[in-house]
Amino acid sequence: MRDQLEKEPLWRDEFSISKGDERYVGRRQLAKFLTLGSLGMFAGNVWILVKSWLRRPATYTPATVARAGEIPVGGVKLFQYPAPGNQCIMVRTAEDSYVAYSQKCTHLSCAVYYSPAQDRLECPCHQGYFSIRDGSVLQGPPTRPLPRVLLDRRGDDLVAIRMEPEL
Amino acid sequence: MPLYPDIKKGRGLTAIDAVTSILVLLLVIQMWLLTATLDAFLAGHVETATPAAIVSGILFVACFLMYRFVTHVDHQARTGR
Repeated sequence: MRDQLEKEPLWRDEFSISKGDERYVGRRQLAKFLTLGSLGMFAGNVWILVKSWLRRPATYTPATVARAGEIPVGGVKLFQYPAPGNQCIMVRTAEDSYVAYSQKCTHLSCAVYYSPAQDRLECPCHQGYFSIRDGSVLQGPPTRPLPRVLLDRRGDDLVAIRMEPEL
Repeated sequence: MPLYPDIKKGRGLTAIDAVTSILVLLLVIQMWLLTATLDAFLAGHVETATPAAIVSGILFVACFLMYRFVTHVDHQARTGR
């Protein structure tokens, strides 16, 4: 047994690759790793596909979020829509004009705020700026516009009727 | 020992290197495809999910075939056949 150990060191069992073949093993393992990565990317795409199939059209319940004239021109009101926890921001942009958006930045979900001086919505985390007109990205890391809350004026009430795009 | 096996090994390594480069390229394309699809999905555009999954599947099959090629060349170089 001892003689055998002296002849065949243990490390040779663990690393049973001759030096000349080492390069092959490294490349083969890299190719395997890349192929597994490719499988992971494919699985991610399939996951998105399944999620899109299982997605049901959202249903929204109209909710009164403010009374007309409740906030001054350039003023802001925060509310939650369509469910508690979905923070939204409403801005009175003119005497008779109101816009509302989800307050979650589409980059990393920081809360955006309205900057009256710049007339835009700003995310303080990474300086992402959104247009107050349509929620589109003006500058910064976000790639998607802010989801918009569609408002309907019913008498003196401002009623949120749905989100666009659907959440 | 004839020089022939070494030349064959060298060619095998060159072929594996070329295939590995293509594998890296395909993987980068797949990464871009996944992030773009996720971005579109979160923006409410679900219509991109199906073509993206099909293309990603094709790229994965291509990667798998290349991996098979790598193992085949590796085997050939080792056994000298």
